[in-house]
Amino acid sequence: MTVLDVKNLRTVFKTRQGEIHAVNSVSFDLKPGELLGVVGESGSGKSVTMMSLIGLVPSPPAIVDGGYVNFDGQDLLRTDQDRLRGVRGAKIGFIFQDPMTSLNPVFSIGFQLSEPLRNHMGMNKTAARKRAAELLDLVGIPDAARRLSDFPHQFSGGMRQRVMIAMALACDPKVLIADEPTTALDVTIQAQILELVKELRNKLGMAIIWITHDLGVIAGIADRVMVMYGGQVVEQAPVRELFENPQHPYTRALLQTIPSVRGTRTDKLRVIEGQPPILYAEPSACSFRDRCTHAFERCGIENPLRKTLTSGHDVACFWDPATGEARHD
Amino acid sequence: MFNYTIRRLFLAIPTLFFISLIIFLLLDLAPSDPTANLPLTIPPEVREKIRQSLGLGEPIHIRYLLWCKQFFINEPLNIMEQWFGWDIAGDRLRVLSWQTRSPVVDLIVQRTPQTLWVVGMSYVVGVLIALPIGIISAYRQYSWFDQVGTFISMIGFSVPTFFTGVLMIVVFSVWLGWFPSIYDTTHQVTDWASFWQQIRQMVMPVAVLALFNAAQISRFMRASMLDNLNQDYVRTARAKGLGERTVVLVHVLRNSLIPVVTVIALGVPQVFGGAIITEQVFKVNGLGQLLIISIQGGDLPTVQTLTFIFAFLIVLFNLIADVLYGVLDPRIRYD
Repeated sequence: MTVLDVKNLRTVFKTRQGEIHAVNSVSFDLKPGELLGVVGESGSGKSVTMMSLIGLVPSPPAIVDGGYVNFDGQDLLRTDQDRLRGVRGAKIGFIFQDPMTSLNPVFSIGFQLSEPLRNHMGMNKTAARKRAAELLDLVGIPDAARRLSDFPHQFSGGMRQRVMIAMALACDPKVLIADEPTTALDVTIQAQILELVKELRNKLGMAIIWITHDLGVIAGIADRVMVMYGGQVVEQAPVRELFENPQHPYTRALLQTIPSVRGTRTDKLRVIEGQPPILYAEPSACSFRDRCTHAFERCGIENPLRKTLTSGHDVACFWDPATGEARHD
Repeated sequence: MFNYTIRRLFLAIPTLFFISLIIFLLLDLAPSDPTANLPLTIPPEVREKIRQSLGLGEPIHIRYLLWCKQFFINEPLNIMEQWFGWDIAGDRLRVLSWQTRSPVVDLIVQRTPQTLWVVGMSYVVGVLIALPIGIISAYRQYSWFDQVGTFISMIGFSVPTFFTGVLMIVVFSVWLGWFPSIYDTTHQVTDWASFWQQIRQMVMPVAVLALFNAAQISRFMRASMLDNLNQDYVRTARAKGLGERTVVLVHVLRNSLIPVVTVIALGVPQVFGGAIITEQVFKVNGLGQLLIISIQGGDLPTVQTLTFIFAFLIVLFNLIADVLYGVLDPRIRYD
């Protein structure tokens, strides 16, 4: 039983420099009430994947040209714009990274919160305003009813992100996609927002996709983690399993980059040398091989496919950390 | 906002006095002579007497204060007498044109309707054309519509009105004979036929100026829309499941209009200033033409008064633009 099932999603950006393959055959699913963490460095295709699901990538230049997204019994990649709009904001909510710019500066919070309610739930102005006040209250904004007539600039960053969350939750979505919602916030506010989302998930029971590059956040909140690199899913596992038994060299490297505050400071901060690739063509080899310490001949010839190791844990790599040698097919 | 407006209005008073002084001093420095256009047979002594009779013999500060008294006290009193039928105190010296010896304010009142009809209408038409063009060009950036719009804007922007004006006269008056080449200001609208005649004579000057105005404003509108179309809040609006119409015409447009409205408001004084060249081309005897003949004739009171009224309008519309800015953008509150 899944609420969202994505198979072989591909997104290509047609630019003047040529095609950029931002998302390459990404498959994943999401169970009701589950919190799926998506990690990877900037440019690994996390956000584009999620925005491709519901047609939020600007097209042109982007073309979502393959796969299917099964949500609620329909393929979102093959529905018309009107029905897709009925899904966006109603059944799938979205929270974005920067709360300072994600709200329209010239409209009041009340107006912006009412919009999805009036649009999807057919509420009239008064009903929408009443519900908007409830939503603000739900996300912990004090004096909610009075603050509806305030404008975004009258809120702090954390408060604006709460407003964004309220807006995403307005129509009781089945899935909430949070695209690095705490990246632009300072750590204490980040903790508050994480707590709020956990609490809301328990209260409302929606499934959440949480995009981040902060593994600390993932450890604290996710049920399952998906690691992305070069527009592909390279490893996927339940959260404990991933932290205890990382398989892909990229995941392992990512985990090693987390600085520890315990013990004496002996090591320098670890980094993964190099840059993520810009994919001008569909990858025909492992896209991590140039930065991988374990790469061998086969990595340059063939793109590894995802292979299930144990139930719920799969990885796309030819190298086996248990033996230190190539994995046997 | 109200307090702010009042404060700004009071601040405008010293500004305007200062502007009037600067204009006066500049005109005094200019080497113009009101008698220069008179026949050469007039002997120098007589010319000197004419100058004395115009008040040019007085020292400069007396002449400035006299103009101030005539313009700021006598003229308003005169207008009030006309409006309310009062009779306060008989004869007052008004600002008189040296060329025509008639009060400058009366001249302006005669000339304003033509200017407003032709130049004002062209501004309205220009804005009404420019806004949709700017919006569509930005939304469909690099489409054929945008390319054609950019090309026409470039023409409107770079080809001067004395060229487009004459070109239109040649094509539509001389070759095709559709429209009259001269704007007849004595024409009275009394019935449908004369109304139609009025429209016909307005078409060409309005079109020439509207092209020029629309070119500028549509570029502004397009740039402003493009700035906003890529903002994060637009993505948020789409993520909420709003239709494209709402996203563009409510969320994006409202933000994009803020700088454009300012530009439009600041352009209004130029309407009153008249389009000097276009008025010449189509023989519209509006304010622009009045200013030109006054400058040529060394008619200092008329030039001084007209220039000051333009300055006043510029100050006024600056204030209006600022207030509109505050109304449109909640982030800006002046109190």
